Amino acid sequence: MKDVASLINHVQNAYARCIDNGNLEAWPDFFEENCTYKITTADNYTQGLEAGVIFANSRCMLLDRVASLREANIYERHVYRHFLGQPWIVSEDAGEVHSETSFFVARTMRDGTTDVYATGRYIDIYRLNRDAPKLRERIVVCDSSRFDTLLALPL
Amino acid sequence: MLEQVARTAGERSDHVWPSEGVTRVPYWIFQDRDIYAAEQKRIFQGPSWNYLCLSVEVKNTGDFITTFVGDTPVIVVRDADGELYAFENRCAHRGALIALEQRGNTKAFTCVYHAWSYDRQGNLKEVAFKDGIKGKGGMSASFCMEQHNPRKLRLAEAFGIVFGSFSNDVPPLEEHLGEEIYSRIGRVMGGRTPVVLARYTQALPNNWKLYMENVKDSYHASILHLFFTTFELNRLSQTGGIIVDPTGGHHVSFSAIDASSAKDNEYAEQNIRSDSDFKLADPTLLQSFKEFPDNVTLQILSTFPTFILQQIQNAIAVRQIVPRGVDRTDLHWTLLGFAEDTPEQRLIRLKQANLVGPAGYISMEDGCVGGFVQRGIAGAASEEAVIEMGGAGTDSSESRVTEASVRGFWKAYRAQMGL
Repeated sequence: MKDVASLINHVQNAYARCIDNGNLEAWPDFFEENCTYKITTADNYTQGLEAGVIFANSRCMLLDRVASLREANIYERHVYRHFLGQPWIVSEDAGEVHSETSFFVARTMRDGTTDVYATGRYIDIYRLNRDAPKLRERIVVCDSSRFDTLLALPL
Repeated sequence: MLEQVARTAGERSDHVWPSEGVTRVPYWIFQDRDIYAAEQKRIFQGPSWNYLCLSVEVKNTGDFITTFVGDTPVIVVRDADGELYAFENRCAHRGALIALEQRGNTKAFTCVYHAWSYDRQGNLKEVAFKDGIKGKGGMSASFCMEQHNPRKLRLAEAFGIVFGSFSNDVPPLEEHLGEEIYSRIGRVMGGRTPVVLARYTQALPNNWKLYMENVKDSYHASILHLFFTTFELNRLSQTGGIIVDPTGGHHVSFSAIDASSAKDNEYAEQNIRSDSDFKLADPTLLQSFKEFPDNVTLQILSTFPTFILQQIQNAIAVRQIVPRGVDRTDLHWTLLGFAEDTPEQRLIRLKQANLVGPAGYISMEDGCVGGFVQRGIAGAASEEAVIEMGGAGTDSSESRVTEASVRGFWKAYRAQMGL
C-alpha cells in the first residue's frame, strides 16, 4: 500500500485533470455519496460565516451543479488550469485523512485572455477506501473575496 | 450612411438625451468619463440615500465598517452614545485613508501617514507635533482643528438597514422611499434579527447602471435564467407584478404562487429555451419553508441609486453596487439568515444560497450579461437602447412583461443628473 500523501496527491491530480479537461460529468465521482462541498472565502472561513458561494451536502447536488452548467446556465466558454501544491496531511485516523492543499487556478476565456482566477487551499477530509480515497468533505477556501464576473466551473 | 456618421460625430460630445425620453437610453451614458464624474457629484454625493451596512454589523460601541458611497470611501462607526456615525474615510490632512480594515473595533481612528487622529464621530482631535518640537516647527497658530474634518454623512435606518447621505436636502428616508417600498423592506427585515451568513464580491466588467438596469428588468428573468424557468420558480404567468415609486428610482418586482393557475405553453410558443424534463437529482435544494404570511416567493426590491434587497424563496440577501470606473463595478453581496432560524431553516438558506451570487443558478448570468452589453456597445456611443416593453410609462403594473421599472430608473437618473 502506498503512503497516504502519495495516494491523495494522485487522486487530486486526477481531480484537477478532470475539471481542466472539461470532463465535468466525472467530477462528482471524487466525492462520497454523503459529502460536503463548499466554496467560500478566507474571510468568511476565518469568521465562521457558514454560507458558501457554492454549497452542497450530497453528491447528488454536485450532479445537479454539472447538469445545470451543461443544460441551463449561460456563460462564455472558458477553461481552468489548476496547479496544486503537495497535500499537507493534518491527521490520519481510522481510514480518514484530513489534509490541506494549496491551489492556483488560471482561467482562459474564449477570446484568449488568461488571468489568475483564484488561489487558495482545499481543506479536505478523505476516506481511504482501500487505495481509492474519496472526498467526504472539501472546503475550497479562496484567498480573495472577489470573484471576477462569475464562478461557473467548480474549483 | 454619411448622414448617420455626421449625426454620430455631432452628438458624441454634447450629451443630449434622445427626444423619445426614457424609452431610449443613449450608450454614451455607460461610456463617458465626464458622466461618471458627474454621477459621483450629482447622484452619490447629491440628494440620495445610499446603503452603507446593516446595523447588526456595527452592533457594539466602537464597531466600525468601511464601505463606499459611489466611489467615495466611508467609515460607519458606533460611538459610546449608542448612535451610528458616518464620515468620509479620508484624512483631512493629505487625503489618505483613515481606516484600512474592512471592519473592526476602535476607540479612535488614527491616520497612518502623519498620525492625525479622529474620534468616532469623525472630529479631528489630534495632530501629531501640532506645537512642533522644542518650540520649532508645528502648525501655525491660526490652525483650527474644528475646521478640518472629513465630510460627515446623515444617517437613517430602515428595519436595521443603514443608509447614508451627503445631502442635507434629501427628505427623511421613509418619506424618500415612500410607503410602498418602505413597507416591503419591513416585510423581509422587520421584527427579527439578521445574521450575516456570508459576504463576497462579484467584480462586474461593466458600468454600474447596466447592473441596476438588469435588477429592475423583470422581462429578462425567465428568459435569460433558464434554471428559474425550468423549475417553475418563476414564470411570467405567475401572479405578481412590479411596483415603481413616483420618482421612478425605487422598485419592487414580486411573484407569488398561484395554485389555481394552469401550466401554460406561452414559453413553447415563443420558442424560448425551456426544458421541463430537467429534474434535480437532489430536489431538497428547492424545498422551502414558509417564512412570510403571504404567498410571495420572490421579491426583488431596489432603491435608487445602488441598493438591492432580495428574497428568492428563503434566500435573503442585500446587494450593494459600487462603481469602480466607467466600465468596472463591484457588487457586494451580504447573505442573510435570522437569529430566529431553526437549524433546519438555516440549512435551507445555505442550500438556497446556491441560487445567487457569482455561482448562483439563477444569477450567474447577471454577472456576464452587463459585460456583453458593455462590449456590444463599444463604438456605438450615439446609438441607443430601446426600452418599450409595456409601453412608455413608469407605472406599477400587474404584468412583469414590462420594462416600466427600467424606465423608472432612467426617469430618476435624468432628474438627478439634469439630463
